[in-house]
Amino acid sequence: MELSTVWFIIIAVLWTGYFVLEGFDFGVGMLLPVLGRGKDAETTEKRRRVMINTIGPVWDGNEVWVLTAGGATFAAFPHWYATMFSAFYLPLLLILVALIVRNLGFDYRGKRDDAQWRARWDAAIIVGSAVSALLWGVALTNVVRGLPIDASKEFTGNLFTLLNPVSLLGGLVTVGLFLTHGALFVALKTTGPIRADARGIATRTGAVTAVLAVGLLAILGAADGNPGSWVTTVVAAGALVAALTANLRGREGWAFVGTFVTIAMAVATYFLLLFPDVMPSTLDTAWSLTTANASSTPYTLEIMTWVAVVFTPIVLLYQSWTYWVFRKRIGTQHIPAAGPTPTTPDAPTTTPTTTPSTTPSTGPSAPSPEPSVR
Amino acid sequence: MDNLDLARWQFAITTVYHFLFVPVTIGLSALVAWYHSSWVRRRRQDDLRLAKFFGKLFTINFALGLVTGIVQEFQFGMNWSDYSRFVGDIFGAPLAIEALLAFFLESTFLGLWIFGWGRIPEKLHAACMWIVHVGTLLSAYFILSANSFMQNPVGYRLNPETQRAELTDFVAVLTNKVQLVTFPHVVAAAYLVGGAVVMAVALWHLRRVDVGRDEGMYRRATRLGAVVTLVAGLGLAVTGDIQGKIMTDVQPMKMAAAEALYESSDGNAPLSLLTVGSLDGSEEKFAVTVPGLLSFLATGHFDGSVQGINELKAEYAQKYGTGNPLTVDATYTPNIPLSYWSFRLMIGVGMAACLIALMVLWTTRGDRIPRARWWQWVILATPLLPILGNSFGWIFTEAGRQPWLVFGVMSTSTGVSPSVSAGEVVTSMVVYTLLYGVLAVIEVKLFLTYLRAGAPPFEEPVVAADQDDDAPLAFAY
Repeated sequence: MELSTVWFIIIAVLWTGYFVLEGFDFGVGMLLPVLGRGKDAETTEKRRRVMINTIGPVWDGNEVWVLTAGGATFAAFPHWYATMFSAFYLPLLLILVALIVRNLGFDYRGKRDDAQWRARWDAAIIVGSAVSALLWGVALTNVVRGLPIDASKEFTGNLFTLLNPVSLLGGLVTVGLFLTHGALFVALKTTGPIRADARGIATRTGAVTAVLAVGLLAILGAADGNPGSWVTTVVAAGALVAALTANLRGREGWAFVGTFVTIAMAVATYFLLLFPDVMPSTLDTAWSLTTANASSTPYTLEIMTWVAVVFTPIVLLYQSWTYWVFRKRIGTQHIPAAGPTPTTPDAPTTTPTTTPSTTPSTGPSAPSPEPSVR
Repeated sequence: MDNLDLARWQFAITTVYHFLFVPVTIGLSALVAWYHSSWVRRRRQDDLRLAKFFGKLFTINFALGLVTGIVQEFQFGMNWSDYSRFVGDIFGAPLAIEALLAFFLESTFLGLWIFGWGRIPEKLHAACMWIVHVGTLLSAYFILSANSFMQNPVGYRLNPETQRAELTDFVAVLTNKVQLVTFPHVVAAAYLVGGAVVMAVALWHLRRVDVGRDEGMYRRATRLGAVVTLVAGLGLAVTGDIQGKIMTDVQPMKMAAAEALYESSDGNAPLSLLTVGSLDGSEEKFAVTVPGLLSFLATGHFDGSVQGINELKAEYAQKYGTGNPLTVDATYTPNIPLSYWSFRLMIGVGMAACLIALMVLWTTRGDRIPRARWWQWVILATPLLPILGNSFGWIFTEAGRQPWLVFGVMSTSTGVSPSVSAGEVVTSMVVYTLLYGVLAVIEVKLFLTYLRAGAPPFEEPVVAADQDDDAPLAFAY
């Protein structure tokens, strides 16, 4: 196999990794106003914290997948990287802003005990997650469908070229898939009422998404489908149905595996539709960027292949270990009480507290002596 | 302003802003890891408190460093697509390896460190922060390899057919002589920042009258920070000196610009400590100079000859000015006042930080506490000085490279994205500048809030094994 083909596959794998992992934390972010709502302000706050803490230790690592995908595209297909990133200028700007405010939302929302402060960061998380999810879908659908690219590999369209109906449908499908994926993740990682609610949400969003996704893949497949892409399309659809069935039967683990496979297969379908192009030109197929004419030299690809072969398994190993370490379900009883804002210098934060938090007598909802803050 | 100017301003703004957080991340992660493993080894309660305290300050800072770093990676493709096409074969590899080797390590293990209290064995937990630190160093290594290629292109050839630079020797790129001295210089600068932050924060607490029983803890932290600052300062001086000689060798124009040396000097070139003159160097109004020192800094000999801007400019125009469209430029000269002043400020503020560290060591000896009111200004300046020093260093390095993107190979004006409109670049510039401004205010406020609160009271860590199923999490967002 040509090394440029190997790198096409590696980049497909990196995007798959990104969508199956950050997909659910986008979903959790978007579901904050829906699943994170309780009968009073206190329950609402606790439920939101439970949701955010299900992804707390892992969202940051999940996001690195897209940085690696971007870096790998730069290294293996400089023309693809250059054409794609300059063509999607304004949408990418929006995505970057969305990722910035969303990430800071996770980190900063609990750092002050102030309802307004938290409400603002919640909005940043919700909007940031939704905008990124939507625009990644729009962007990748545009890549698969092709863009006006001229003979010098430059994009000749504008923002409105990118906002076409099929690509917007692509965006809606990613939003729907991530909502379902996120709801199933919350169901899998929590206990108590929030778990039941998450299952209910997943069923509803999943059903709507299934319809949208089948429509999208049919449109794209009709345009330039191949046997491989039809196989992955069918597997994706089957996995989504299986996920919803498992969810209805209360098998959350299998349901999550189902959406995991659905998203992976959907990404695979996209890349199968794309190959051997990486950015098809709608002006003239001779001007399309392909794995052959957009790639780096064999020497660079060879080095990168060695690096990827040696280090990707290591990354997978320690990332999986993180999921194992934080495998326990959490519920509102696990959320330490009280806002974690440090008080002013003169307030008694510096008084010694020696009560160990491990004493078995600590009841389920008893506050920890000193809520840790990050 | 046209696209080129806008894209250059945007790169300057986003990079300098990003690099306010990077040295804090590198420097502070080492000190947090040090305190955490010191607690595991010696069971001194203060060490755990300090690890948690500086750990919080670290994460507040890390969050912003991380998100502004994402912008950096995308910016090459967005604003500099012709550059990306030209050099992607070489430049992309270290960037991708940085993500694969360093970013995953940092993000994953920082998550484990933050949330891992009571979940993983304590030695492993302490090791997590060391792994984060190793990640920051790896990240610095690979991104500096990419940058050093722009300063001194090695291990490549120009393909006349495709008009692109192609990688021929990756090891040469990773062991570029500019890289080998830049990496220790940048890391030393980061430790200087880390040391200064710890020193200033601890000293602020030490001076507070109500601290009382925590005096010993803050005193030790103050002095450790001061020692780290001094050692790092020494490292900076040594590496900076070597760097000056390599720079004179590979980028003589940068050294000439740093000195605003217009006419070549045959030996005994004086080092300008301060010169006030017209901006084109034609007239000198006032100058303080040390004879022979520039010759020594640039060549290692007091009688070494140093080329001036005018001679170099003529040389470059002849060498690069014809034939190759990628290397034609009207100036061949960087912005001289910017180079001159950023060079001086970089060195000046670094030295100031070291002087403060010495002063702190002297005034905190025994059981002394510096009480004079003017100390509060020193404390305010201490972490800011080296952070600014890092910025000035980068401004000097990057501005001094102009008008080249890749020295001698590709001029900056040929690297911008042709398909991106000025309106788009203006939009992104306004968005980034406003967003970064707001975030700066938020982060500084948050940082100060947590700084004022001081080290949290000691709490025996939960043991991983005997956790109650319904006990609250040791850490939660």
